[in-house]
Amino acid sequence: MKSLTKTAIACAVSLAAFNAFAETEITIATVNNGHMIEMQKLTPEFEKQYPDIKLKWVTLEEGVLRQNVTQDIANGSGLYDVMTIGMYEAPIWGERGWLEPIDTSGDYDVEDILPSIRGGLSYNDTMYAAPFYGESSMVMYRKDLADKAGVTIGDRDSWEHIRDAAAAMNDPDNGVYGICLRGKAGWGDNMAFLSAMANSFGARWFDMDWKPQLTSDEWKNAVNFYVDLLNKYGPPGASGNSFNENLALFNEGKCGMWIDATIAASFVTDPKQSKVADKVAFAQSPYAVTEKGANWLWSWALGIPAATKHAEAAQTFVRWATSKEYIKLVAEHNGWGAVPTGTRTSTYENPEFTKAAVFADAELKAINSANPNDSTLKPSPYVGVQFAAIPEFQAIGTTTGQMVSGALSGSLSVDKALESANRSADRQMRQAGYY
Amino acid sequence: MTLTQQRKLKTILVGLASWAVALLLFFPIFWMFITSFKTELQAISVPPQLFFEPTFENFSIVQERSDYLKHAWNSVVTSFGATILALIIAIPAAYSMAFFPGKKTKDILLWMLSTKMLPAVGVLVPIYILSRDYGLLDSKLGLVIIFTLMNLPIIVWMLFSYFKDLPKEILEAARMDGATPWDEMIKVVLPLSVGGIASTGLLSIVLCWNEAFWSLNLTASEAAPLTAMIASYSSPEGLFWAKLSAASTLACAPIVIFGWFCQKQLVQGLTFGAVK
Repeated sequence: MKSLTKTAIACAVSLAAFNAFAETEITIATVNNGHMIEMQKLTPEFEKQYPDIKLKWVTLEEGVLRQNVTQDIANGSGLYDVMTIGMYEAPIWGERGWLEPIDTSGDYDVEDILPSIRGGLSYNDTMYAAPFYGESSMVMYRKDLADKAGVTIGDRDSWEHIRDAAAAMNDPDNGVYGICLRGKAGWGDNMAFLSAMANSFGARWFDMDWKPQLTSDEWKNAVNFYVDLLNKYGPPGASGNSFNENLALFNEGKCGMWIDATIAASFVTDPKQSKVADKVAFAQSPYAVTEKGANWLWSWALGIPAATKHAEAAQTFVRWATSKEYIKLVAEHNGWGAVPTGTRTSTYENPEFTKAAVFADAELKAINSANPNDSTLKPSPYVGVQFAAIPEFQAIGTTTGQMVSGALSGSLSVDKALESANRSADRQMRQAGYY
Repeated sequence: MTLTQQRKLKTILVGLASWAVALLLFFPIFWMFITSFKTELQAISVPPQLFFEPTFENFSIVQERSDYLKHAWNSVVTSFGATILALIIAIPAAYSMAFFPGKKTKDILLWMLSTKMLPAVGVLVPIYILSRDYGLLDSKLGLVIIFTLMNLPIIVWMLFSYFKDLPKEILEAARMDGATPWDEMIKVVLPLSVGGIASTGLLSIVLCWNEAFWSLNLTASEAAPLTAMIASYSSPEGLFWAKLSAASTLACAPIVIFGWFCQKQLVQGLTFGAVK
């Protein structure tokens, strides 16, 4: 009996000791962007600081990531403990209770996070995803070509002026096109750009009764301007170009101007990948009738699905990866020019960062000028600058993108494209029960 | 032009056409291979560069970032596992339909083939939920089952065609000697069909190795095969062609080498039944 008791005690002690040192393994789904890859490389630093948590990474292509994490979270599969999501998903999933609120207590310094980014990742003032890096849109242009053509680009120019500048810089015989813009169909491709552009023309996706407004004069003006501009001064095959294609063209020295995500600034000024690294200058996104919503707002953020079995460890990791200390850690490893930007005020207040990143001021100004809760001239019922944060938008945005891409390639007129897109959007909104 | 000259000309033209088609098919693989030795800037340069100073940087990045051996092992286990399981099911099925056809045999065969006509995405949600409920998400067993089901119709059809070509007299002779249907299959049909089974198996392995849709949707960190590794190098924001090409080259290499050694059987498998 005595030996049985001893054995039982020994087992209990061993079990307790095992539990004390038990490792929690968390699986993180992410996308293949430079900053995310850097985060993976810094895994040993995290594991050194938190030896009882081990990280497992799953890197996926953006479309696949969206599909996988949506399946995972909607079905409560619990495959992932932390997932990389965007500003579009965070408020929608937060509202549905699919995400754990981010723990912003203690020394996390949530007030340091840029207000527009924080607002875009929140629902009812609760932050459901922590920003890993943020971005807006801006004009990146070739200073040398602008000087040669005798044009100046102001801090925030009108679309008319940008068109004139594109005309002046356009030199297709020498392989230089006045302007490169997204043309590839997709709610996150051409429609991300075009929504912001349409905002500046006074357009909105939906009126206050959720009725699609794609056949409004504002949308027609914006899309006609865009199609005309790209067809006259854009590269051939522009309807197939999105971020990466335009990045390749710009870095090869084939674009006079490129209006796209601010994250591109770090690529086009990197001599390792850009032939024009020392010839680039920046300006704010152009406007037409209003500056409201003229530049978009996006953030890649880390969310914790409600189905996770390791919520505490996931919170620890998310707080670490989106902290001020993490940004400093990246700077220690790779220099201030390589830190994830667009998330914290303290980053832009750091003189070492502003010295290393020539685009810092333009980027901060662009992000701060975007307000996801008030991005259209006429009142609108949705949150989001270049998208409407409702589940139906992905399909509506992509269908509209296909129509506009068709108008750009000349297969249908702008009016027809917008009419078809509006009809399709109207059908989807009706089916979804908005009216 | 004499008849001999006409024949020679025909041979030359057919040869040239064959080379043209072969080069056309091979070109993307060749381009992927050379792109893997370029820098990202060289990979996107216009006009494309054919001559450049090669770099191994992309391969070292892939080695550093991905657990290649783990992904490769997952590919091996799922491809071979699914092929073996599919053959175990398909051989008796094809045998019974080839030698003991019923009234509905043709309908069954057509029905089996018709399952391949449904786009995979059409059954994604039910398969995903079933996998979740049976604990098969992100498991090699789950992929083996899916790959087996995916290739079963093709394997049954190929084996059925092969078995149909076997002379019936041999089976009749075995039957005269008292062989049961099971004996006929094991002792007569299988030894005579080793070539056909091998080539069918090879084709199945290649199809499983290259499968991406289910691999990407049903796996995460544990069971992800090489196709998932390749996909992880595509980036929405940033240049990635050279690194993606390096990952693709590494992923293709084992199956290309395997196929090279087995090309005789593969060609036989793809062409049997074509000429009677």
